[in-house]
Amino acid sequence: MSQKVLLNEKEVNIILHRLACQLIEKHNDFSNTVLIGLQPRGIFLADRIAKILREDYKIKNIHLGHLDITFFRDDFRRGEKTLEANTTNINFLVEDKNVVFIDDVLYTGRSIRAALTAIQSFGRPNEIELLTLIDRRFSRHLPIQPNYRGRQVDVINNEKVKVNWKENDNEDSVYLIEK
Amino acid sequence: MSELSVNHLLGIKYLNKQDIQLIFETADHFKEVINRPIKKVPSLRDITIANLFFENSTRTKLSFELAEKRLSADVLNFSSSQSSVKKGETLIDTVNNILSMKVDMVVMRHPNPGAGVFLSKHVKASIINAGDGAHEHPTQALLDSYSIREKLGGVQGKKVVIVGDILHSRVALSNIFALQLQGADVMVCGPKTLLPKYIDKLGVKVETNLRKALNWCDVANMLRVQNERMDISYFPSTREYTQQFGVNKELLDSLDKEITIMHPGPINRGVEITSDVADSKQSIILEQVQNGVAIRMAVIYLLASKIKQ
Repeated sequence: MSQKVLLNEKEVNIILHRLACQLIEKHNDFSNTVLIGLQPRGIFLADRIAKILREDYKIKNIHLGHLDITFFRDDFRRGEKTLEANTTNINFLVEDKNVVFIDDVLYTGRSIRAALTAIQSFGRPNEIELLTLIDRRFSRHLPIQPNYRGRQVDVINNEKVKVNWKENDNEDSVYLIEK
Repeated sequence: MSELSVNHLLGIKYLNKQDIQLIFETADHFKEVINRPIKKVPSLRDITIANLFFENSTRTKLSFELAEKRLSADVLNFSSSQSSVKKGETLIDTVNNILSMKVDMVVMRHPNPGAGVFLSKHVKASIINAGDGAHEHPTQALLDSYSIREKLGGVQGKKVVIVGDILHSRVALSNIFALQLQGADVMVCGPKTLLPKYIDKLGVKVETNLRKALNWCDVANMLRVQNERMDISYFPSTREYTQQFGVNKELLDSLDKEITIMHPGPINRGVEITSDVADSKQSIILEQVQNGVAIRMAVIYLLASKIKQ
């Protein structure tokens, strides 16, 4: 198993700030926008983006939630293991809001498909956008593309992209791991 | 650990501590789901579940049906009073006929102890026991423990007394197994005639004085006197039973501490528990009912995920 660094801490930091700025460009003061981190790995990116918006760009009313999509996935009973759920924490309605889904890696697009269904349990959003740190090109199973992307990478199917966060993995970095 | 150790839920006796933990953690997620504006998830849309009730039930049947529907399963309801069982069909034949209509899971209540175990050996479907005679009622015990965990922060080390008709109660036996598995201290309390002989062999304390029992416990689970299962008189009169084993506000207020009151329902108001106690702040009876749906969703979800495609 070999691994290669795709992004180091400095590069991750620059990209996070760029993504935050792109969000500001579109959503101004975020008065009608909610950020939704997708469980399990998208929540670290969402928390980080929200922190940059609040602290570095002094935007006060950032609404941030975490959405778990386990019960909406299309592979229930298709794998060996029981799908384990994570916590959903959305204490606001998304009715008529501009929703931004935030996930670390966009691969087949199936998680996003599940999230599009899951979010409807919380109301009918005005629009939904997708922000992703890594966009794996040529691997989509569904017609889903990100609105904001950190880095686009060409990865073949037996390779894995692993995003690490200081909060969870002791460093900010992105690795390409060959299985 | 992300999988149950069993393929059926026949009784608490067959579960281990990790299974209970997994069911509770999954139920936490479903409790959040059923408090959403839209309370439904699509997980079980390719699963069909038959609810076979060979004995009357309101709460359990509704709770199971709601849990199944909130998971998007297809649901078949069957009650023996309107069926061919009355014409002499055997249990296995009845169930196999239902299963041949491509049913994946069976939720069954039956008057005979062991009916679920028997069925699980003879048919190809995941079986959930929704009460078998005076034997077990596992989902009730799970939701009772879950409610204690929610109210008191945990079950380990808590003192729980089960009061009333222990002899005819499946809730009592399942509760004893579930509570002990999680490290709680369990006592049973009731008239001697309604306490099974050798119940102490299960490792529970036995008490016939209600005041002493209530002063000892953190939680009192009040059971109904099951008149329909009594072929002889076990106590002189309902009035005398209430005087000795009924909980009223006066008794509750005279205790050294504030205890939690539970009841699996249906309540006989004024017999085992008075209305002011049932509706008091100390009672978590309605929370139990709400938790019942989340617990049953968790059990069905975890068992369904083990059904191979």
